[in-house]
Amino acid sequence: MIRFTNVYKAYPNGAMALKDVTFHVSKGEFVFLTGHSGAGKSTIMKLLFAEQGPSGGEVRVSGYNVSMLKADDVARLRRRLGVVFQDFRLLEDRTAEENVAFALEVTGARTDTIAARVMRVLTQVGLSSKSRAYPRELSGGEQQRVAIARALVNDPAILLADEPTGNLDERATRGVFQLLRDINNGGTVVVMATHDLDLVRQTVYRTIEMRDGSLVYDSDLDEAAAEAT
Amino acid sequence: MKLLTREALLSFKRAPLLSVLSVTTIAFSLFTVGLFGLVAINLREALKGLEERVEIVAYIFRGTPSETIAIATQDISAFPEVREVNYVSEEEALRRARADLVEFRDAYRDLQVNPLPASIEVRMKEGYGDAATVGRVAERLKGFGFIDDVRFGREWVQKLDHLRNLTGLVGLVIGLAFAAVAVVIIGVTIRLTILQRAREISIMRLVGATDWFIRGPFLLEGALKGLLGGLLSLVLCYAGYLLFRDRSGGTLSGLIFFRPQELVLIIVFGVLIGLGGSMVSVGRHLRHV
Repeated sequence: MIRFTNVYKAYPNGAMALKDVTFHVSKGEFVFLTGHSGAGKSTIMKLLFAEQGPSGGEVRVSGYNVSMLKADDVARLRRRLGVVFQDFRLLEDRTAEENVAFALEVTGARTDTIAARVMRVLTQVGLSSKSRAYPRELSGGEQQRVAIARALVNDPAILLADEPTGNLDERATRGVFQLLRDINNGGTVVVMATHDLDLVRQTVYRTIEMRDGSLVYDSDLDEAAAEAT
Repeated sequence: MKLLTREALLSFKRAPLLSVLSVTTIAFSLFTVGLFGLVAINLREALKGLEERVEIVAYIFRGTPSETIAIATQDISAFPEVREVNYVSEEEALRRARADLVEFRDAYRDLQVNPLPASIEVRMKEGYGDAATVGRVAERLKGFGFIDDVRFGREWVQKLDHLRNLTGLVGLVIGLAFAAVAVVIIGVTIRLTILQRAREISIMRLVGATDWFIRGPFLLEGALKGLLGGLLSLVLCYAGYLLFRDRSGGTLSGLIFFRPQELVLIIVFGVLIGLGGSMVSVGRHLRHV
């Protein structure tokens, strides 16, 4: 589903954000992307949803080569992805259900199917009773659930979550994390960037650790290496 | 399509002040163009009236046989530029002079011999009132043997010509300048809207909206503002027109307003300004969101 091959990313100011990064993510996987701020997690995320292209190497996401995308292909790729951020990125002047419906409307979904699909994902994230609430009337955890519902409503093959629990208290963090695990259990690939090591240690999911732009640890490869010796 | 319209209309609700600002700027730009247009068409109308009065007077040698004059009059009537030929006999000339020049009535009454010559008055067809054509016809008239002298107020005709050309030119220049100003103002307004909605646009991108989908509402919004601005400018123009006509105390009662096709043209112009302004601005600023 995701294939990074010798990827480099240099920013215009000369800083190297990624150096020779290679990893693959297969169907159904849940992957943690860890590391300090500035280690390259967010850059990997941006390459994954084609916000930027790589300076070198190849990034393939769901069959698309990110460095060769035209504007329309970017849009098409993003319809197969769900993206969730630390700051939720909800529209303040729309209710929860309108925020979710927005993601369907902009992709030209059939109007008569929108309401049902929106209700289905809001129920999935446990917010069916607050569908008419505006973001400011919801807690941080609830707002992130709305954002996740919006990411899910297009039935994405891959869900990208960039520090989704960064702004949440412990209880809300656990709730959102559990929701992401449930989504993964439904077959969706989840890539979650986080620096919350407690969360990472609680589970046995694959972990990729970044440091200064280089991939320094991949639990899959290292376990395979450990088994080999 | 429904969504596109809704998003475009929503922007009016979301940013009423900005929307009102852009509609009024378009309206005022077009209002100015419209007012100038009104002055121009009224001037043109007035010039047409004057043009109709452009006439060539050819004085006839005393003693020319009336048959010669009758044949010549028919020949002159057949000139393609000529609308009307009038023969003014010596007696008619004197009668007119008596009626027109009241101060000299006594002097004319005491005359033993009529000193006024007979003449042919030639009026030009519409569109042939310019100096060159009038001069050419005058030359041809001089070619007739019985014509003594030809008068047509050459300078007057030439001045009319210049005035008309100048009106057209000034109208064009000022109209274009104001259109440019309007495009810039709309561009700035759209820029503000885009900055204001940067968050929304970035989210639209994120969930997979195509560029055209994002642009659509902005373009429609621009076109709608242009349409409203155009309509508003017509209302203003009409109000200004009525004000001028009715406050002038009758001297300007003959003022005319735009014809239907000119009204449509102004509205189309407004829509084009709105669309153009938003197209330029959306193209330039969406890249930075």
